[in-house]
Amino acid sequence: MSINTPEKKVPSPQKPWKPSVAERSQSIAVGVLAALASIAVVALTPMKGLLPFLILSGIFAIIIGYLKGLIGRGSTTAKNNAVGVLLGLGMAIALIPIASILHTTISRGYKGLHWGLWVDDMSLNTSTDPIAEGGLYHALIGTLIMVSIALVIALPLGILTAVYLTEIKGRFARPVKFLVQAMSGVPSIVAGLFIMSAIVYPITKTFSGLMGALALSILMIPTIARTAEEVLLLIPNDLREAGVALGGTQWRTVAMVVLPAARSGLVTAMILGIARVIGETAPILLVSGGGDAVNYNPFTGPMGSLPFYVWKSFFFGTEEATTRGWAGLLVLLSFVIVLFFLARTLSSRKVRR
Amino acid sequence: MATTEIQRERRPIPSPRTITTEPRLSDKVFRGIVTAGGLSSLVILGLIAIFLLYQGYEVLVEEGFSFITSSTWEVITDEYGEVQSYSFGIAAMVVGTLLCALIAVVVAVPIAVASALFITFYAQGRLKSFLVAVIDLMAAFPSILFGFWGFFILMPKAEYWAMLLNKYLGWIPLFAVDDRIFTRSPFLAGLVLATMIIPITTAIAREVFDQTPLDRVQAAYALGATKWAMIRNVAIPYGRGGVVGGAMLGLGRAMGETVAVYTVLNIVYQINWQILFGAGGNVASLILLKFGEAKPLEIKGLMAAGFALFVLTLLVNFLADFIVRKTGSKGR
Amino acid sequence: MTSNQETSSASQSALASVAAARSTKAPSARRLGTGLEAKGVHAWFGSNHVLSDISIDFASGSVTALIGPSGCGKSTFIRTLNRMHEFIPTAAMAGEVLLDGKDIYAPGTDVTKIRLKIGMVFQKPNPFPSMTIGENVMSGLRLAQLKTSNKDDLIEECLQRAGLWNEVKDRLDEYGGALSGGQQQRLCIARSLAVSPHVLLMDEPCSALDPGSTLKIEDTIAELSETMTIIIVTHNMQQAARVSDYTAFFLSDGGPGEMVEYGKTSDIFSNPRDKRTENYVTGRFG
Repeated sequence: MSINTPEKKVPSPQKPWKPSVAERSQSIAVGVLAALASIAVVALTPMKGLLPFLILSGIFAIIIGYLKGLIGRGSTTAKNNAVGVLLGLGMAIALIPIASILHTTISRGYKGLHWGLWVDDMSLNTSTDPIAEGGLYHALIGTLIMVSIALVIALPLGILTAVYLTEIKGRFARPVKFLVQAMSGVPSIVAGLFIMSAIVYPITKTFSGLMGALALSILMIPTIARTAEEVLLLIPNDLREAGVALGGTQWRTVAMVVLPAARSGLVTAMILGIARVIGETAPILLVSGGGDAVNYNPFTGPMGSLPFYVWKSFFFGTEEATTRGWAGLLVLLSFVIVLFFLARTLSSRKVRR
Repeated sequence: MATTEIQRERRPIPSPRTITTEPRLSDKVFRGIVTAGGLSSLVILGLIAIFLLYQGYEVLVEEGFSFITSSTWEVITDEYGEVQSYSFGIAAMVVGTLLCALIAVVVAVPIAVASALFITFYAQGRLKSFLVAVIDLMAAFPSILFGFWGFFILMPKAEYWAMLLNKYLGWIPLFAVDDRIFTRSPFLAGLVLATMIIPITTAIAREVFDQTPLDRVQAAYALGATKWAMIRNVAIPYGRGGVVGGAMLGLGRAMGETVAVYTVLNIVYQINWQILFGAGGNVASLILLKFGEAKPLEIKGLMAAGFALFVLTLLVNFLADFIVRKTGSKGR
Repeated sequence: MTSNQETSSASQSALASVAAARSTKAPSARRLGTGLEAKGVHAWFGSNHVLSDISIDFASGSVTALIGPSGCGKSTFIRTLNRMHEFIPTAAMAGEVLLDGKDIYAPGTDVTKIRLKIGMVFQKPNPFPSMTIGENVMSGLRLAQLKTSNKDDLIEECLQRAGLWNEVKDRLDEYGGALSGGQQQRLCIARSLAVSPHVLLMDEPCSALDPGSTLKIEDTIAELSETMTIIIVTHNMQQAARVSDYTAFFLSDGGPGEMVEYGKTSDIFSNPRDKRTENYVTGRFG
């Protein structure tokens, strides 16, 4: 029998394995039932408040899901249901702090925002003055200068480390890889202490922005090196072979073929490095101090920064000061979020190429 | 016609030639520069160790073993400001470091593993990319933010939970308190640290579970396994090593955290095992607390403490790397 | 006749004689289930229509080979039979697959129970490396949390039926990864047997193996068909002729894969009704 039949009507594609409306509503019913059960328990026992309600709802949801499976199909399905609910609850718990942090920062920091925030510094007032006076210009400039200097040091070193690991693959490749990993575990205060002990203490003996930048660069290098290494490993080997086959030396191949191909990935590495250190407080407290006036000179004098501004504001304790602190946190958080999404967009665009 | 074997004259097999290449000068320079850059991390870590040790050497030698075992931190000066005697001991702080970090890991790891399993095996499509993005974003939040959020928002709730724990489980020595002060306790610090390390541990665990070999997963399903049976028998055995490594990295981060702990913990120089009671400390926040008004001698003590912290976090990281390498490549 | 046609008709008759040499099957009382039937099965990946209107009735206890060139949907089809197709996010299907008379895609069906009755052996052997040989055989039961009264007897029986018992009976506590490719594949077969499936699906099970292991597995298939229905996807026409009672020929002309012809293996190879089937089995393409 060969297929010469007239055009038969093609049925429409379906997904019979997707949960049907009935199944979906059953799942919702489980959740509702759990909530109702816990309301009942909360009303009847001395336990009160949101927390017992949520915990009880979670426990009831697991139990009811288990029973539903047990009655419907058997113990394997019951266990599967119970675990599914449990894992979903774990995920929800993980998400609660982030929602809370975002909500708190925005709602409390919002009150501290005003136009002068961006252009005034605190040299003429103190944190306890009304909010509309003074701003964090000095903190912004300080952060900008320190992060830039740190970048100037860390970016080349980080990229060179990544190039060493992926292109040269020398004898020290494995120890270096381990060391980069170890370096990323160095606590930020130890980085600050190191700068203190190596430079500030013996030599300069004063606060300065440069010292803070140096400490930040120590924290930046591993982030940049790791991201850059991942990115360089993604570059297919054919590219390198093509470069070498054309008679290029290794350095020309790397500089003119590999690195440009990885360009957006390297920019991502840089952005992630910035995001990593922009909020670091401990080393700055140790070696940069933080003034109230703008300081454009990284070599002398304490230099303000966003984290320091926040830190100082909170310790005054008054309502105005606290609002300033939250406003500073809001600004800091916004920078981190913007940097984060910038890095993501860059790396996803690269993939599409 | 029968075919015959063709005889070949046997010739001796030559030994392989050594192939050498003399790189051009530009390449030699290139390799030199890159190697120097690559070794920068070795150099920096080495310098950190050297300088901290150098500065803190005096104190370490003077104190000897008691640096780690005693809990007094004081400098006694006479009326002219001259130092008469001093005693530096970081025992309380080391215990505090470990205690807070352990609380953080105990709370964070189950949540992180559950989230990683949920994202990898239950979430799909847009929900999955959203969750991955959110977790990665939270890993980028600065620690100072966690510190103050912990102080203002989490502390009241944690106080309530601590009171509950004390009320119902107070017979366990860990949860007993001598004094009913539940604010600024190691428990709270541990919770804040937990929220900080959940994103990192989740991200690492998720990457590991994502790489569970598909053929094993399909074999399990083809045998009639439910999702949980597959996770339990295939995904978890495979990802165990990576998850432990991720947990240890989180531990290392929690041990070195400064500002978040400083904000929420009431620093007191006594070893305090009662995690619900408002007193504790960790080495990092000790350094932060003291350095401001420290005299040169005390600074040396702080350097010694910093060196101890450095070594401790290095060991934890080394262990984490070792575990991941040892269990990961076996692919069990 | 040209020499081309000579050789192709020679190979055709060689295949036909092999197929005819298989002894006819006596009905067996130990047979499980009443067979599997695919009715009007279509499959899509997104909007890409890859399988069109496949209807085959796999009689209980029969061995059916699915042959055809690469890319015409044989593997996709076999995966719709045990509901593995749906793991691909863009997958969609239409039609029915009846196991013992009931549609396995009916809403409310417990898919894990279906997969216990319809087992699958994959192209690349995939025993669980974290389990010993004995544990691998029992893994199906463990995953489905089924109990058995005598573990050791079951392990021995499954390994015997898979033709592996003699080679591993002293090393049941060794890990599953230490065996050769052919042994691993037989271990996977033993594993599938432990849950007593009614149907066994085999997706090119010998394509990664040496000829010696292939022959051993083909012997196993002959024995297994006493108790269950077997459906085997194969690229190797000689294997299809050796092993199967019925053969289905799949073909795609750039569009969705279709089943061109289905019939007794000896008929397909000696007397195909469709020109395309004849061209394929005589080696003119594919």
